[in-house]
Order: sequence, then C-alpha cells, then structure tokens
Amino acid sequence: MITELGHYALVLALILSLAQAVIPLVGAQRNLRPWMALAQPAAVGQFFFLGFSFLALIHAYVVSDFSVAAVYENSHSAQPLIYKIAGAWGNHEGSLLLWVVILALFGALVALFGDNLPLRLKSRVLAVQAMVAVGFLLFMLLTSNPFARLDPAPLEGRQLNPLLQDPGLAFHPPMLYLGYVGLSMSFSFAIAALIEGKVDAAWARWVRPWTLLSWTALTCGIVLGSRWAYYELGWGGWWYWDPVENASFMPWLMATALLHSAIVVEKRDSLKAWTILLAILGFAFSMLGTFLVRSGVITSVHAFAQDPARGLFILALLVIAIGGSLSLFAWRAPILRQGGFFAPISREGALVLNNLLLAVLAATVLFGTLAPLILSVMNLGTISVGPPYFQTVFVPIAMPLVLLTAIGPFLGWKRGDLPGALQRLTAAGIAAVVAIAVTWYLADGTSFMAFAGMALAGWLLVGTLSEWAARVKLGRTSAGNSWSRAVNLPRAAYGMTLAHAGLALAIIGMTGSIAWKQEKVVVLHIGEAVEVGDISYRLDDVRDLTVDNYMAERATITALEDGQVLTVLKPERRQYLVPSPPTTESAIHSSLAKDIYAVIGEPDGKGGWTVRIYHEPLVLWIWLGGGLMALGGIVSLSDRRYRVGAPSKVMAGSKAAVKA
Amino acid sequence: MRRLLFVLPLIVLAALTAIFVLGLNPNRDPHEIDSPLIGKPVASFTAPALADGQPGIADSDFLTGAYKGQVVAINFFASWCVPCRAEHPLLKKLSAEAGIPVLGLAWKDKKEALQGFLGELGNPYDRVGTDENGRIGIVGFGITGVPETFIIDKQGIIRDRIPGPLSDDLIETQLLPLIKDLQK
Repeated sequence: MITELGHYALVLALILSLAQAVIPLVGAQRNLRPWMALAQPAAVGQFFFLGFSFLALIHAYVVSDFSVAAVYENSHSAQPLIYKIAGAWGNHEGSLLLWVVILALFGALVALFGDNLPLRLKSRVLAVQAMVAVGFLLFMLLTSNPFARLDPAPLEGRQLNPLLQDPGLAFHPPMLYLGYVGLSMSFSFAIAALIEGKVDAAWARWVRPWTLLSWTALTCGIVLGSRWAYYELGWGGWWYWDPVENASFMPWLMATALLHSAIVVEKRDSLKAWTILLAILGFAFSMLGTFLVRSGVITSVHAFAQDPARGLFILALLVIAIGGSLSLFAWRAPILRQGGFFAPISREGALVLNNLLLAVLAATVLFGTLAPLILSVMNLGTISVGPPYFQTVFVPIAMPLVLLTAIGPFLGWKRGDLPGALQRLTAAGIAAVVAIAVTWYLADGTSFMAFAGMALAGWLLVGTLSEWAARVKLGRTSAGNSWSRAVNLPRAAYGMTLAHAGLALAIIGMTGSIAWKQEKVVVLHIGEAVEVGDISYRLDDVRDLTVDNYMAERATITALEDGQVLTVLKPERRQYLVPSPPTTESAIHSSLAKDIYAVIGEPDGKGGWTVRIYHEPLVLWIWLGGGLMALGGIVSLSDRRYRVGAPSKVMAGSKAAVKA
Repeated sequence: MRRLLFVLPLIVLAALTAIFVLGLNPNRDPHEIDSPLIGKPVASFTAPALADGQPGIADSDFLTGAYKGQVVAINFFASWCVPCRAEHPLLKKLSAEAGIPVLGLAWKDKKEALQGFLGELGNPYDRVGTDENGRIGIVGFGITGVPETFIIDKQGIIRDRIPGPLSDDLIETQLLPLIKDLQK
C-alpha cells in the first residue's frame, strides 16, 4: 500500500511540476503576478510529494518487501539495516529518485528562502527548474519505475552488490547528486537570465552560492569516492580515469571555472556571456555523466544496469535541455551588455586564463572518455584509453594552472602589476626550490614529474599563505592590528585561502603516491615474512570466520620496522552468501608519511596465500587536501554577503574589512 | 563572426549527439569490422613467460606443441585496463563451459603489475605470455586495444575475434556454438 502511495506521489509531483514549468513562465512574460506567484507553493508541494515517495521507497527496503522489483534486485533480508537503507539509492531506479528529490529540495529552498530575489526572476528560475524535473520524472515513470511490482513475489532478494556494501555508499552518491543537482540551480539561473536578457552583479551574487554549494558537494563526493575506491577495490589506487569517475570530474572542473568567472561578473560586470555558457555547460556535463553511466555506451566498472532504451531517453532529455538552452544562448547572449574592460595582465585576465585552462582540461577528459566510443562508431576499431593518456595530456595542462593559482590573487583588478606580484611571491619561489631540494635529499630515483609536482605544491602552498599574510599585513604592522585584520577578513577570502592550500596539499599527496609507490606480491606460508622497503611483513595466521551475510578468511599480518612491531594488519577475503565472486577487504595502516596496505588473495592450495603489500607514500594528503578544499567551500558559503543576500554597495575585500 | 562564436557550442553538441545515437544503436556490432586475419594461421610469435620456469606462449604451440589439435582461446589483457577486470570472471566460465584452454597474452604491461592482477582476481589462464612492447598484439593479431579475445581452431587458424570485453550473452550465443562446431 505504502509502495503504491509512493508511486502515486511521484505522478502527483509530475503534474505539479508541469504546472510549475508553464504557468509562472507565462506569468513572467505577461506580467501576471498571481501566475508568477504560483511557482512558490508548487515548488514546495513538489518537494513534499517527492520526499514522501522517497520515504515510501526506503520503507519498502527496510521491511524487505521483495514484491518490489528494485528491492528484490538490490536487497537481502540478512543485510545490515544501513545497507538496506543505502541500497535504496545503490541502483539505477532508486538513485534517480534521490536525484529528483534533491532537485525538488533545492527548488523548495529557493521558493522558501529566496525572498531577496525579484519575483519575476524567481518564478522564471523555478519554472526552468521544474522543466528539468518534468524530464527526469517522465524518465523515471516511463522507463525506470522504482516501485514496479513482481508477481509472484520472490522469497528472498538478490542482495546489494557486495562491493557496494560499505559506509561509503551511504554518503558518496548523495554528495555527488547534491553537486550535480546544485549545478542545475546555476543552470536555471542562467536560463532565466537569458530569458530576461539581463545579467548583472546581483545575478552573479545569487548564482554564486548555488555554484559554491554544488562545487563543495562535488568536491566532498569525489574525495569520498576516491577514498572508497582506494580501500574497497583493493588495488591500492585512488583514481583510475574510469568513465564514471571522469563523469563526476568534468562537472567539477566546470563548476570550478564557473565559481571563478562569476566573481568577475559580480565585481567587474564583465565575462557575462562566458559565465552563462559555463553555467549551461556545467549542467550539461552533469547530464552527460548521467547518460554515460546509465546508457551502456561506454564500459565501466561502476556502470548501472544498462539498457539502450533508457540511454535513448536520457539522450533525448539531454538534447532537449542542453540543445534548447544553447540555442537560447546563441540567440540571446550576443545582446548582453558588456561592461568593465580590463588589461590582459589583471585579476580578470588571470581568471580568464584560469577558465580557459579549466575548460581545456575538461575537454581533454571528455575526449579521453569518449575516444573509445568515437572510434568504435566510426568503425575504426575498439580501444581502451588508460591512465597513460591522461597522465601525458592532463598533467602538463594542469601544471600552469597551479602556477597561476598562486599568482592570480596578487594581481589587482583592471590592471595588474606582474613584476610586483612576482616580487611578493619570493617566499613561494624559495619554497619551490626548497621542495625540490628536500625531495632530492629524501628520495632516490625520482622522476622529473615528481620534482615538478613537489615544487608546484610548495609554490602554491606558500604563495597562498603569503597572500593571506599580505592581506592581514603580517609583520608589517602591529600584531594587534594584524589580528583585527585577520578577524575581519571576509569569510570568502578565507574560503579561497583554504581551498588553494588544500589543492597544494592534495598535489603533494598525488605526487608522492604516484612517484614512490612500492608494491610486492608474494606467496607466503604461515610464519614466513617479506620485506618491502624498510618494513618486514610476517603472515602469522589465516582464520575462517562467519559474519551476518558473508564468510571470510581473515589473515593476521604483523608489520615490523627495525624489529619493533609497527602495526598488525588484518586483510580479509570475503565470500558473500549469495553467489558472487569473492571480494577482498584490504587492511590499511595510515600515517602522514605513508599508508601501508595489505591484501590477501587466493590460497595456492599448498598452504600458501598470495599476499600483496603496497606502500603508498603521502597518499593521505590527497584526502586531507580535498577535505580542506571542501572546507574552504563551506567557509566561503557562510560569508555574510550570501546570507544577507541583498546586494550591498560596499566592495568586499580588505578595505571594507578594515573599516569594520 | 562573433555571432558564429555563440553558435559554436550548439554545433559541438550536435556532433556529440550524432556519435551518441550511433553508439546507442543496438545493431552496432563491433563484429562488422572483421579482422582481415580471420581465416589465416596465427602469425609467428614468441611471448616470454610471466615467471622463470613457466612456459611462455609461441605460435609453434598450436601446430606442433602443447595445444596441437585443440581449440584454444587467446585473450589479450592488461592489469591497467578496467574492462579487463570486468571481463575477468567470464574467462573461467568460457574455459569451463567450452572445455578449452584460455591463454592470456598480457599486452603492454609489467610483470609485477600482472602478478598482482592475477594474484588478486585469480588466474583463469592455462598459460600467460607477456607482450611488453605490444608488438605481438599489434603486428601479430591486429588488436586495437585490450581486452580482445581470439578463437584458434585445431589447425592453428584464427576463427573469431571479439574486440572489447566478453559478456555472458556473447559467450552463450556466439562463442560456445562456434567452439562446439570447431571441436567436431
């Protein structure tokens, strides 16, 4: 019964969104206030019905109602409760429902808290948002109904894919969807602005928090996903350039670009058409990711159950939404009034270069992801594009971007002073040289790329801190004065400092784990040991155990450094009760210097086990850095300007801060 | 001119859409691009073994050596290739259900990485040969990437080529009947 109600609520939400997509839009065009005002209650109602529908689905999972097809496919009565719940979105149908629930949540937030938006803009934004919802609700109801029933109902479910049975599933997909869907908000604002034919500083200020929110969520989602893949897949890597990873990375690159270009619109009333285009493309990449993951056009380890009919439907959605908005862009964007001119060397210039580099990076990732498909449909054979392509193409383009990240904030608006900026980056330059020296001293057999990575990280970290120090005049005025400056610095400035410093830390981690990774694979008998680097690993014991819904072989491996016990690792090999290939559960001992990572493989039948040991130097820094970037996003979101929202005449920045 | 710039994104989208529509076409069959090598004997090659003391793979194995008079499958794979991972469990299935040895040729991959890959996922191969610089794959078999699978008949002649990963469906509807036929 509850299941049917959930299904029914989905249909009601569709009808409401249809009304919300049309009526306010007409109202805004004809200047009919009541028609425009309809958007608000409709958006709230849509969220109510979708929220109900989502809870109904979770209910079906929690009570293990196997007469619901999706529950039968993805759940099992012996599964722990958390995976029953998370299983609701660990599959195609359920994840789509989560997607539209978040979409409706954002719509409702704009409706309820967007008091400072002009009614006309608000109703247009909500109407565009509802159009997106109509598309996805139709998709769900017509091709991927999460509430479809089975008759007769099976007695037991087929369980959630064992690889997904991890706390990561509870957080990683919702975070990513928050990011993807957040981009739909920027998209709706862009379309509404194109319809109005007006883009100004106030518009940029309304768009930025949504972009920031979605960027922060995407960052968290990607960091969590990378961490999850690292410990769950048991191959000791944190990024594989897999199509699905790329599908989340491309919108992230776009959101990063949008975040920066919106600053130019807000502060300098320039780069308008480009910013609008970025907002459209950011959401286009989100939809493209959805298409790639769910249509089966590309092979990936992460892919959902695939079905060409669904693929065609999403493709149609993508073409209508993105094709429509790009047409609107081609027609309306040229009339946007261009403001604020600037010299090539200036803050704006640096941000333009930043945007160009980010766009090129997104394009290289797109090309690498699609190349197998393009070659295949053009009958040129099949290929698989692996990490070598991305490492040779992506990294060299990313390097100048990192170099620039430290310089940009030192350049003034309109006309910047490059020699002056470089002079203030002396400390950063020294840090880069020191980083090279330290790397050379500590590690042998180091490649050029490792030196470059460490130098860039040192440059960016110290450059970012110097910029903060310059803002608070550290050492150039009294300590008390610096302190009050530091306290009064806008949160957005701290957001930038944290995010840029986080990037530097992440680069340290990436460089370290690529350049100095060690791995060894051996067959060990009980009592035997193997040396990796300075550490000796002894296989003490392998034991069978039975847990809720799987059986496992758990090994005990003692890691000894200089004869002292460093840690005891307990990797497992699991066989879940429902037939599926065995999975490995790695054991990891993390520290800032390096992770040691052990996996137990198949027994050789003669009393030995395949044991794999990885040393992943500095790998923890990747996620620390990523976390710091996300924290930067959160801090920036809490900036007073966005909370108060009303466009203020005072330019934010150090001048305003000192007055306070 | 400036106007054209604003239309450009639309053009890119149109091109991508065309590719996607072609990609979704259920009739798209990678087999349409038949390898010119089908129907020809296996070219001359020698692939060194993964570890000392184990046998490698050479063309002579099919004509006079260990696999003389047998139908075999050759699977090109690499530890860095993600679809190969997805395909991996199916190789055991192919070998068991068809009753043929599956030989692995590791394409452009390092020995340590391969040992890790096979240690972790299990080794479905009767023998593993290495093709570190990729010459055997490209020149000998005309592969365009990994994974690719070839079926070799009793006389050492290439009978089928599967570019891309295997699937249950492919094994059941295409490979098993073919192999049965070749085994007669």
